[in-house]
Amino acid sequence: MGETFSYYPGCTSHSTAIEYIEASKAVIEALGIELKELPDWCCCGAASAHNLSSSLALGLSAFNVGEAHKEGKDLVIPCAGCYGNLAQADYVMRYDEAERQRLEKQMGFKFDTEVKMLSLVDLLAREELRPAIKNLVKKPLKGLKVVCYYGCAIVRPAAITGVDNSENPLRIDTMMADLGAEVIDWSCKVDCCGGDLGLTDAEKTTELVNKIVDYAVAAEADCLVTSCALCEANVDIRQQRLPILYFTELMAEAFQIGDRQRWWKKHFNDPSGLF
Amino acid sequence: MKKKLGVFICWCGSNIASSVDVDKAVAEAEKLDGVVHAENYMYMCSDPGQQLVKDTIAEKGLEGVVVACCSPRMHENTFRKAAGSVGLNSYLLEIANIREQCSWVHQNNKPLATAKAVSIIEGTLDKVKENLPLETITIDITKRNCVVGGGIAGIMAALDLANAGYDVAIIEKEPAIGGHMSQIGQTFPYFHNVPELLQKKIDEVNAHPRIKVYLNSEVEVLDGYVGNFNVTIRTKPAFVDPDKCSACGKCLEVCPVSVADEFNRGLSQRGAIFRYNQTEGARIPVLEQRDCLHFVDVEEAEMDAGAGVRCRACVEACPENAIDLGAIRTLSEEFVGAIVMATGYDLYSPAKMPEYGAGKIPDVIDALAFERLLDPKGPTGGQVLRPSDGKVPKNVVFIQCVGSRDPERHKAYCSRACCMYTAKQARLYRQQVAEGTAYISYMDIRSDSRDFEEFVQAGMEEENLVYIRGRVAKVIQENGFLKVFTSDTLTSRQLEIEADLVVLAMAMEPKAGTRELAKKMNVTIDGDAFLSETHIKLYPVESSTKGVYLAGCGQSPKDITDTVSQALATAGKIQLMFSNETLIADPLIAEVKNDICSGCGICIDICPYGARLMNDFTRISDVNQAVCQGCGACIAACPNKACELINSTSRQFIRMIGDFAGKAEAV
Repeated sequence: MGETFSYYPGCTSHSTAIEYIEASKAVIEALGIELKELPDWCCCGAASAHNLSSSLALGLSAFNVGEAHKEGKDLVIPCAGCYGNLAQADYVMRYDEAERQRLEKQMGFKFDTEVKMLSLVDLLAREELRPAIKNLVKKPLKGLKVVCYYGCAIVRPAAITGVDNSENPLRIDTMMADLGAEVIDWSCKVDCCGGDLGLTDAEKTTELVNKIVDYAVAAEADCLVTSCALCEANVDIRQQRLPILYFTELMAEAFQIGDRQRWWKKHFNDPSGLF
Repeated sequence: MKKKLGVFICWCGSNIASSVDVDKAVAEAEKLDGVVHAENYMYMCSDPGQQLVKDTIAEKGLEGVVVACCSPRMHENTFRKAAGSVGLNSYLLEIANIREQCSWVHQNNKPLATAKAVSIIEGTLDKVKENLPLETITIDITKRNCVVGGGIAGIMAALDLANAGYDVAIIEKEPAIGGHMSQIGQTFPYFHNVPELLQKKIDEVNAHPRIKVYLNSEVEVLDGYVGNFNVTIRTKPAFVDPDKCSACGKCLEVCPVSVADEFNRGLSQRGAIFRYNQTEGARIPVLEQRDCLHFVDVEEAEMDAGAGVRCRACVEACPENAIDLGAIRTLSEEFVGAIVMATGYDLYSPAKMPEYGAGKIPDVIDALAFERLLDPKGPTGGQVLRPSDGKVPKNVVFIQCVGSRDPERHKAYCSRACCMYTAKQARLYRQQVAEGTAYISYMDIRSDSRDFEEFVQAGMEEENLVYIRGRVAKVIQENGFLKVFTSDTLTSRQLEIEADLVVLAMAMEPKAGTRELAKKMNVTIDGDAFLSETHIKLYPVESSTKGVYLAGCGQSPKDITDTVSQALATAGKIQLMFSNETLIADPLIAEVKNDICSGCGICIDICPYGARLMNDFTRISDVNQAVCQGCGACIAACPNKACELINSTSRQFIRMIGDFAGKAEAV
């Protein structure tokens, strides 16, 4: 393809979601797409900044968006939380002239309307990539029953994320079907995994996670597929019934690339038996 | 010969006088060429002020007047009438706007504001010098009407107009009149029996000697202008001859086709030949070409020509020989003076709410489908039975605001009727199923009309309706039940309700095709494709095109009460227009210098009102005086400068600009 994108790793890529990043990079490389890490990225503010100060939250994200505008290329953000924050800052600057001018001055960059914020799903679920993805499949995921779980940050609010249908998104479903998996329609695609409550209210989080897993099991899924590191962590840690996988891990499995055995070990519910 | 001119400068209290030195302005005006009289007064528009203008015109024999005051939109008419009453041709009086365009915007610089006021007066005087005395234009009126849409809005407007003595043509797209109201069983807030109410009105329409109903018909083309429209009507082929048909129903039995019945919102099946509904007016079956096997694989163009060779089951079964599959569509014309757009609404498609499972889960239905369940002549004989297995539902969840009040994903507006019809449906359900529970998910309850609040309260207290404030997240199907996930935002609890039936109060949207029709009728629409009125407060039933009026849900969502009120208002407005023998139009319009016009036709394409037409005989572009609005587009476009706006000629304007620019230089 020969495309080049800027890349914002975020903190999970160095910690809880190493397998996600490794798998994603392997898939992206296989598709001939080049990612160039932003030279001077910083924390997106995560879930903490906006609880302390809205201007801090906007400022941190706007700084990172600004770094991407300096590079002049669309920015790929694998972490759903980082994506949500940066997309929010992008939205504010795109539609609020005064804020944009203030932030441009403060961060020292010029906002370029052509530069877009992309989640990893935005990058890989593009219609034009479908033939290339199908071509790369060496071992179709035949017989693997998956439910796709989108969580919140990459789909909502719809005005900011611009997804197909924020109550019934289909893009990961389509990708999984292209890999040969049996995609099951189910009821909890965009339900809450508990998010940061995982740190402060374990009981509530377990309740929410159990509901999601109940429905996935009732739908007779072999595994749950996600694109968010926090969803993966919450749902994987708090139950022993269902393996949780990142969508790029399944792509890598179908492509038969990358150090997959190493990734499987990073999961609490071992998925190696599925393949 | 020089005209004797007068200048009247208004203080507008302190609005003008505080930033324009009105005494100095009078002194300056007196010096201007042709001025024989200048004075100022505190409120020129008051009765004594107007009297002053009138007396001076008469005393001094003024031949041109400039009133320097507020915008001409405020009082041009006032002063022109005053001038006319003492024998000065109204068009020889002009307004110099020294309030909005001078005193209000220059409040801190009195000398400059005064100088500007004087130059505005001077420019306007120069215009008046060349103004011609004009007479208003009169237009004949065809005192007949066309009503587009035969729902309750169209029916009520048509009946009033017909009873007032004017002919009416109703154009109805469907095979019967009655509209959505014929799908409804009872009304709020008094549980009136709709079929009875409506049938009476339908009978009146059908029996009325002044009303002609075009069924299965749509507007093909609209020509003409206020008072003189020419409507071309396209009518679908009449495959069943109503004069021969005995309504025996044999054709219905033999038709091999089975498709979802639209009138019953998919709760029953129908053939390609079918009765549109159970009303008296729909006893004669209609044949839907789209569904009929006789016409399979036939292109639309060929359909018009009556092609097709296959299934003829209904033709062979008909004992009266009333079915002619070779029938073709017909075009008719109606010449009318006024048009009522009563085009109505559709419910927003439940398919756009995948999280509620509509379209996939048979027991999730929309509100009109629920009305069909309540209708004694409906698919279940009036029994509330759930579509999947025909059982009586014990728990019904009604969800309000589905697709409404959701600016991010669906419609931003409130659909207005849903709070009340949901309360009505839930009450009727509870009256029928004593052991059942009706839950209503709501955002707010909008019960803001006579006896509406009492009606909702009675539902809560007497029929024990369970109102839960919150928005439903999703509806899923589980073990033969529906599970409704919602929250009660008054107690901050998450709820999961097991239900047998879910009823969605879908948003109302303009009837499909409104956008295209509005274009044909030259009527503006809003962002949601609702027909726009001229002014929401003062001209609520007038569309952007003169002579085209609005009634019912095509303009905005409303209930039957409001729809009928609006329809009657529309009928009243048209009667007012018809109470005159002719229409009067402003003569300040374009005119063509015949010796300069080369007939290039650029003005014809540029005219937004369709007022310019090529005269086939003279090969010169004419102005239709009744249609021209005096906008000036053709004047700017004419390469030969053959068009001029009467009393706003290029010469007049160039002089005015000279006056303004000259003064500006001096300052």
